[in-house]
Amino acid sequence: MNVKTMAQYAAEGKSPEVVFWVGCAGSFDARAQKVTKAFVNILNKAEIEFAILGNEESCTGDPARRAGNEFVFQMTAIQNVETLNGYNIKNIVTACPHCFNTLKNEYPALGGDYNVVHHTQYINQLFESGKLQVEGGAFKGKKITYHDSCYMGRVNGVYTVPRKLLQSLDIELVEMKRCKTKGLCCGAGGAQMFKEDEPGDKRINIERVEEALGTGAEIVAANCPFCLTMLGDGITAKDKQDAVSVYDISELIVQAIN
Amino acid sequence: MGLEQIAFIVISLLALGLAGRAFLKIKNTIALGKEVALEKNPAERWKNTILVALGQKKMFKRWIPAIFHLFIYVAFLFTSLELIEIFIDGFTGQHRALAPMLGGFYTFIISLIEILSVLALIATVIFLWRRNLLKVPRLVKSEMDGWPTLDANIILILEIFLVCAVFLMNGTDIVLQGLDDPHYVKTGNFAITSWLGPMLFGGLDQSTLVVLERVGWWMHILTVFAFLNYLPISKHLHIFLAFPNVYFSRLSSRGEIENMPAIMNEVKSMMGLIPETEASMDEELPEFGAKDIFDLNWTNIMNAYACTECGRCTDVCPANSTGKKLSPRKIMMDIRDRATEVKANLESNDDQYKLDADKALDSTNYTDGKSLFDYISKEEIHACTTCNACVEACPIMINPLDPILALRRYEILTESAGPSEWLPMFTSVENSGSVWQVPNTREDWITS
Repeated sequence: MNVKTMAQYAAEGKSPEVVFWVGCAGSFDARAQKVTKAFVNILNKAEIEFAILGNEESCTGDPARRAGNEFVFQMTAIQNVETLNGYNIKNIVTACPHCFNTLKNEYPALGGDYNVVHHTQYINQLFESGKLQVEGGAFKGKKITYHDSCYMGRVNGVYTVPRKLLQSLDIELVEMKRCKTKGLCCGAGGAQMFKEDEPGDKRINIERVEEALGTGAEIVAANCPFCLTMLGDGITAKDKQDAVSVYDISELIVQAIN
Repeated sequence: MGLEQIAFIVISLLALGLAGRAFLKIKNTIALGKEVALEKNPAERWKNTILVALGQKKMFKRWIPAIFHLFIYVAFLFTSLELIEIFIDGFTGQHRALAPMLGGFYTFIISLIEILSVLALIATVIFLWRRNLLKVPRLVKSEMDGWPTLDANIILILEIFLVCAVFLMNGTDIVLQGLDDPHYVKTGNFAITSWLGPMLFGGLDQSTLVVLERVGWWMHILTVFAFLNYLPISKHLHIFLAFPNVYFSRLSSRGEIENMPAIMNEVKSMMGLIPETEASMDEELPEFGAKDIFDLNWTNIMNAYACTECGRCTDVCPANSTGKKLSPRKIMMDIRDRATEVKANLESNDDQYKLDADKALDSTNYTDGKSLFDYISKEEIHACTTCNACVEACPIMINPLDPILALRRYEILTESAGPSEWLPMFTSVENSGSVWQVPNTREDWITS
């Protein structure tokens, strides 16, 4: 794996094509780290000059802001804007829809204007520019359902690109009843990831996993590290972990380009 | 001037005056909210208004209720045309003043209204059935118990009244025209009453018909007046407020939560990025977020008055559908109820609501010991995942997420309260730049 930090690029007097914003989950969460590595492998395969910020990266502040803690949000966000502007960074790719949304939609008000894409969009661009080709049919004919994350879907209107990537794998895409604009949340957004559910009949991730299992798919594809956790936990709670797997789209793509 | 004419003029002026006063009061209640800087893009705003409000675009995400709603909506628009003639006749003492003037076009318009009225009647009956017998889940949730359900039924029944009045008025008129009384000008054959009129009223003696025609005419206009005066206390206000509500809905990305420049500047000055004088934080500890309606944007309050309680938001809310207390519709209903309560107290001019007894009672000098938190519990606002399903679902672009976040901001920033499980997350974002308390080695994954 070939990974360089922005500081290394700067020391060499060079600038990368794009900064890969890894995010807290992608950096520290064991499950999301696998997605980070899968995406780095894709970038390496396509021979993209990219940098990570490493320890200079901070949480974008999404969960703090959505929990209502504007002070903590501003502290971490302004720090990030300073870092990004300090390196004169223009292009950012991230595998986390929450980081994507905050970088893209909330940092401009703080003085940070960047061209931000989600890793599914970036991979799609690599296919379209011919830098990557899908080879082999590791997933040919497999039944896969796609879970729209709220922050790529409803919030940012990205519905077709992730589906297009999945279909390039020659799979059978089955939709859940609540998909696209009607997609059901995994239950993690709005800082719910960091607290227990409020009292109720059921956890939201269980509701979503029941719907996913109802499609008969062997793989549930997602595009968000928090969705991965919630869906994975839900499938384990339903004792279906041997029959159904949850993957980030990049984890499927990386297996089809090698 | 005849007695009927005088009665009409008096009743009209009274009904319109009272309604006008009530609508003005709602406008002033909405103005209790904070001023908000709206993006200026009239072209985009008019486009939204035409597509979403006038064109009902978002209604058609659920096409069954959308079609029946469309029947009532279009019937309402066209029946309003008929009111022009009712007013001319009422004020001048004429009978069907527009008929000779418009000729065949008059026959066409009234026929269209009759056909639409039949469709509206069908829709109304179906809506009553969906609400009271079929009990569509979103229409019978707990926040609909009592007044909201009665309110919905009253409106539907008023609509049935109105349609009956149209057919009574036109049906008897058609029969009277056949009796060659010169008072009843020839209008041509109306689509429905040309056969329904003789079927129902044929053979009745002329004096009874004359009375029935007047009953129909008066029932029509009195129902309209009743409706107009009922609207301001009803969820049905959406028929007017949907339009400004869509027009003023936010145009910026849903992903952006309203920035708080006061805090941003304070943090920038703490970090030495801007001189301290630029950070405009007051000496006394300011309040952040929303505790009461005065702290909400005026558009949030307009949202609340525009809400017709259809419950599409609550139906798609992941928290609500898994049994949590949060219901986006209830949030909007609570904001409206609280705003109405505050406005009534302000208008009472009662000294007990004064914060400072020496100053006049107004929105800056007001307390009743209550706040939005007496209507909306913390448990409700804690359950939101900010998934935007409610925002997406609303047919008239109400944003229930906005006030939820404003309430969260009050709880966290002003009260320093909130779910204790969030504290470790806040602390570690603040101290180590990560949502989890981990040593700050963001590159470990490369070698792990």
